[in-house]
Amino acid sequence: MTKVIGSVVCTICGCLCDDLEVTVENNEIIKMKNGCAVCEAKMVHGYKSEERILKPHIRKNGKLVPVTIDEAIHEAAQILTDAKYPLLFGWTSSASETQHVGVELAEELGSALDNCCSVCHGPSVMATQEIGIPTATLGQIRHRADLIIYWACNPWSSHPRHVERYTAFTEGRFEKSEFKEYVQKLKAKASQKKVAAAIRRTQVRYQSPSRPKSALVEAPPQTLAKEGRKMVVFDVMKTMTAEVADYFVQVEPNRDYEIFGALRCLVNDQELDVDTVGGVPVDYLKEIADVMVNAEFGAIFFGLGLTQSIGRFRNVELAIALTRDLNRKTKFVVSPMRGHFNVTGANTVFAWQTGYPFALDFSQGYPQYNPGEFTAIDLLRRGDNDATLVISADPGAHFPKGALQNMLKYPLITINPDWNAISRLGDVVFPTQWCGIEQAGTAYRMDSVAITLKKVVEAPKGVPSDEEIVRRILEEVRVIKAKKTATDAADGNVSQEMVGSKKRRSKSIEKEMY
Amino acid sequence: MTEILIKNGFVFDPINKIDCQKMDIAIKDGKIVKKVSESNAKIIDVSGLTVMAGGVDIHSHIAGSEVNLGRLIRPDDHVKDVVKKTALTRSGTGYSIPTTYVTGYRYSKMGYTTVMNPSMAAMKAKHAHEELNDIPLIDKASFTLLGDWWFALENIAKGDFKECARLVAWMIRSTRSYAIKIVNPGGLESWGFGRNVHSLDDEVPNFCLTPRDIIIGMAKVNTMLNMPHTIHLHTNNLGVPGNYKTTIDTMRALESVYQGDKPIGHITHIQFSSFAGDNWAHFKSGAEEIANYLNAHNHMTVDIGQITFADTTTMTADGPFEFALYELGGHNKWVNSDVETESSGGIIPFHFKRKNAVNAIQWSIGLELSLLIKDPWKWFMTTDHPNGGPFFHYPRVFAWLYSRKAREATLKNCNKKAQKKSLLPSIDREYTLYELAIVTRAGTAKALGLKNKGHLGIGADADVSIYNINPETTDIANTYKSVRKAFGNAVYTIKDGEIVVKDAEIVATPSGRTMWLDVQTKEPCRINDEMKRKFKEYWTIEFDNYPVTDHYIKVPEKISIKASV
Amino acid sequence: MVEQKLSVTLITGRTIDQGVGKELGKGSSEYFDSVAVCFLDPVDIKKLGLKNGANVQVTSPYGSVVVKVKKYTHGTMSGMVFMPCGLWANVICGTDTDSIGMPTFRGFTVEVEPAPDKPVLTLDELLKQEFGK
Repeated sequence: MTKVIGSVVCTICGCLCDDLEVTVENNEIIKMKNGCAVCEAKMVHGYKSEERILKPHIRKNGKLVPVTIDEAIHEAAQILTDAKYPLLFGWTSSASETQHVGVELAEELGSALDNCCSVCHGPSVMATQEIGIPTATLGQIRHRADLIIYWACNPWSSHPRHVERYTAFTEGRFEKSEFKEYVQKLKAKASQKKVAAAIRRTQVRYQSPSRPKSALVEAPPQTLAKEGRKMVVFDVMKTMTAEVADYFVQVEPNRDYEIFGALRCLVNDQELDVDTVGGVPVDYLKEIADVMVNAEFGAIFFGLGLTQSIGRFRNVELAIALTRDLNRKTKFVVSPMRGHFNVTGANTVFAWQTGYPFALDFSQGYPQYNPGEFTAIDLLRRGDNDATLVISADPGAHFPKGALQNMLKYPLITINPDWNAISRLGDVVFPTQWCGIEQAGTAYRMDSVAITLKKVVEAPKGVPSDEEIVRRILEEVRVIKAKKTATDAADGNVSQEMVGSKKRRSKSIEKEMY
Repeated sequence: MTEILIKNGFVFDPINKIDCQKMDIAIKDGKIVKKVSESNAKIIDVSGLTVMAGGVDIHSHIAGSEVNLGRLIRPDDHVKDVVKKTALTRSGTGYSIPTTYVTGYRYSKMGYTTVMNPSMAAMKAKHAHEELNDIPLIDKASFTLLGDWWFALENIAKGDFKECARLVAWMIRSTRSYAIKIVNPGGLESWGFGRNVHSLDDEVPNFCLTPRDIIIGMAKVNTMLNMPHTIHLHTNNLGVPGNYKTTIDTMRALESVYQGDKPIGHITHIQFSSFAGDNWAHFKSGAEEIANYLNAHNHMTVDIGQITFADTTTMTADGPFEFALYELGGHNKWVNSDVETESSGGIIPFHFKRKNAVNAIQWSIGLELSLLIKDPWKWFMTTDHPNGGPFFHYPRVFAWLYSRKAREATLKNCNKKAQKKSLLPSIDREYTLYELAIVTRAGTAKALGLKNKGHLGIGADADVSIYNINPETTDIANTYKSVRKAFGNAVYTIKDGEIVVKDAEIVATPSGRTMWLDVQTKEPCRINDEMKRKFKEYWTIEFDNYPVTDHYIKVPEKISIKASV
Repeated sequence: MVEQKLSVTLITGRTIDQGVGKELGKGSSEYFDSVAVCFLDPVDIKKLGLKNGANVQVTSPYGSVVVKVKKYTHGTMSGMVFMPCGLWANVICGTDTDSIGMPTFRGFTVEVEPAPDKPVLTLDELLKQEFGK
């Protein structure tokens, strides 16, 4: 039996493209239309790969052995209740319904709670908290933007359909698509190559010109004067996105802050007394500043190149400050390129329940927030946690080694659909449904628009949703705690503990300060 | 279901014209009933206490994308107001924008049981509903921002009000909303390219119509659809000195649509639209002009948006206004958030200070309006939470209304220039508890068309608040401090017949309902391929994925209405 | 002249192949092929006297890992080494967060040297070596 399901939402990146057409046969996705390569890899192949976890496992004598779900739930709850200060991390590939229960679990445990935001756009969130952010939904940019700037990000690889759906290559009410022009450019380039090849054949010794490292090389400035949409890319290396752009500016690593500063000076009509900034000639920056000021509607998208380089949230802060300055002259918006499909959702759900987007702590019975203290990497680096639960994320592949080594000193519970790196390292390993394929739910797009994920196939038998797992762990934790209180009372021990407020002392934070 | 009998209280129920009568209120199955048998019912003796219907807030930003972004950017605001988890209640933080659970608890503690969330971008409606589900203890509903929606603008420009009405009906259903919200009509669309409109007759770029056309068009649409509430309007030029003229123009424009029976429009947080003077240096109150107009006309209602002098967070769909506020300087955080084809938004943390002349005059304007508008059924008490101040400052506002002494005490500490300009010293009026019940529950419920709320008549929802105020022995104007405290700490709050607050402590946490309108038009709007195609052009979400489904409403209360188109 | 070692700035990031690989499964050969690599400018590869696809050892203050080297063909990036996000890159990334939670993922100096005799470890081998699990 074959059925075609339309308007399916892709669960890869923050774009949340919702126009996929999926063909399902015998409860299996066999074909997919409209998605990008990464989406196809997941929706058609990856989700049903042999790496799928089908049963809960517990590590016994160093080896993972299959157990029943009840046993795993109890074991996980026991680990979390016994621990003085567990860390619950991940959440960004779960639906917001799951994240919702997650906050309750953290509150019940008095634990630390963090999401992947802290290792991707956490600094962007912090910059927003410092100075706000002028932003817009992606459609606003599609309809109106005549200048699109990608800064330190490579949507070609990380958000493959971003350009096609939301920016340069899409048709808006007030702006036309630049796709045709790009095709022409490609053709022109191909013919140029042919000519060059012909010349090469006729000339005996043809030498390619040496490539000095400068923005001047591959940046024909005349393209900036063109009518219609313009796309400019700032990056440390020429990515595929940069190849598509009208203008590419190569920035020296870790020098974005200076360039933003220089651009701010220029758009505010000040002169610079230097020739180059961050490896970019000032003349070029002047030209870009002109283009920015003269745009009807400009949009800056920035990526991890800003948040992970030296300066971190200060880089983003300046990107936002530049956008603010530009709003005095024209209309400009700025937006982070959020990675995981529901990392924005994690920030959103956490914020409405606690006021804070990530880096949370419940040890005092109320939510506390402090990046650098309650962020996962910092907690792990200091070794503050004595148990970890990882859900819908793979810190195994994306955390620095040092953090993982500390994490693995203590029990680790994982909730992931497949045997990714962290599942392989887990002590209690849960299987779970693929959110957005086998489980419906809600996800928030990078511009915080909520979109409903669809369920297109049935999960393998006995594989629960992550929401159910977290909810059952929460219930089990409450049962264990109630029992403990009862026995304590019977023993005559007066429990000093307030509800959910475990005593937590960060072992080495003081040490670190001196 | 439990039965409750509230005995011996002083009841204030303006809809049923009950003014401080000692009487019993019987509750059964979540409704007010004629009587219950004393042997079965739980009896609450409230001798010497004031009994009112649960509070109904007509305008308070409690949930949605904008609100949450406001939370997200203000860790500095949360850290000074933390709420611990208890065995029954969830933890959270305040201050100016409390987290969802805390919002529910605090409203309930004040005896409020129904709150309107007045600004929901249609595209972000799912988010708003997800948050509303997490606000316990109160019934709620949202108003969809439709004043700058391309479909509406195009049809109004064409003069096709009927099709516009059908589309609006579709939108109200699809976003599970309760009313039409219009914010700075035409201005938000202009803001798409960084511009704004400055009068009712400025042209909206690219759409061949004016703000006047939008307001009148939407008012007509609202009438065609038989909506329970009027259009909910945030005027053009909000927050600009001299804007009271635009406000009066707006109200005049709506005279033409008035049919003489019930109000045709509601201007919200009118304090921000009642500024006189040519610039900030000559800033003064336009309250008298506005009040005079309202006293002479019956086609409008308003709510105030009172300033309470707090370190708060301003947020509105009026993006250009927030930018103008940012341009005034002194604000480090500015958020702008445009929504494609529909709306915009902005957020700025703002500290209203007594010693600032403009802020103090604004405070005075709000109270002048409240006191100069003679008929309390025409205006309602709000702080436009969190814009003028957080909602849990309501008791402060009550005190300024019922006590001249309270007003004087605050005015005394205000900026000297503002003191001179204020009309307050010349106003003697002091609100009675009966009038206070009108502007906080009866009047709002009536304006919203909520038949079962805002009163204690038979068949009404059993939402009751009981305050420790003895109207017989208390001179509320003189002992305003203790009365203010009483309003902030209900002795009992009863929600749908369940006691949820006792002695200002939360004792139960049921979920409130989300009310939404199922507006049934005679013909459906033409959701055919043409519209779907347009949909794909206008939005970046697929048509199928756009509407809010039942999944997003935890406890729905569907209200079906028949439209006349 | 062939150099023994090259000091370059590490950049980590996403590639479309890494994206496809991770979705196919962390144990898949596509993942291994797309992530256990580093990209160098052809000029730098020449400096080290290497061929495309040779094994190199990348060493940072935090650790050391062997991966395959690939030519970066889209544009100049001399003085930099690019590694796709993944376990191999993370072995050499640091946990210093500048007190804001974001670890040291890029923008610091590493050394690249030929490692003809050392194998590129698979995911499981690397997990075993680094974490003993």
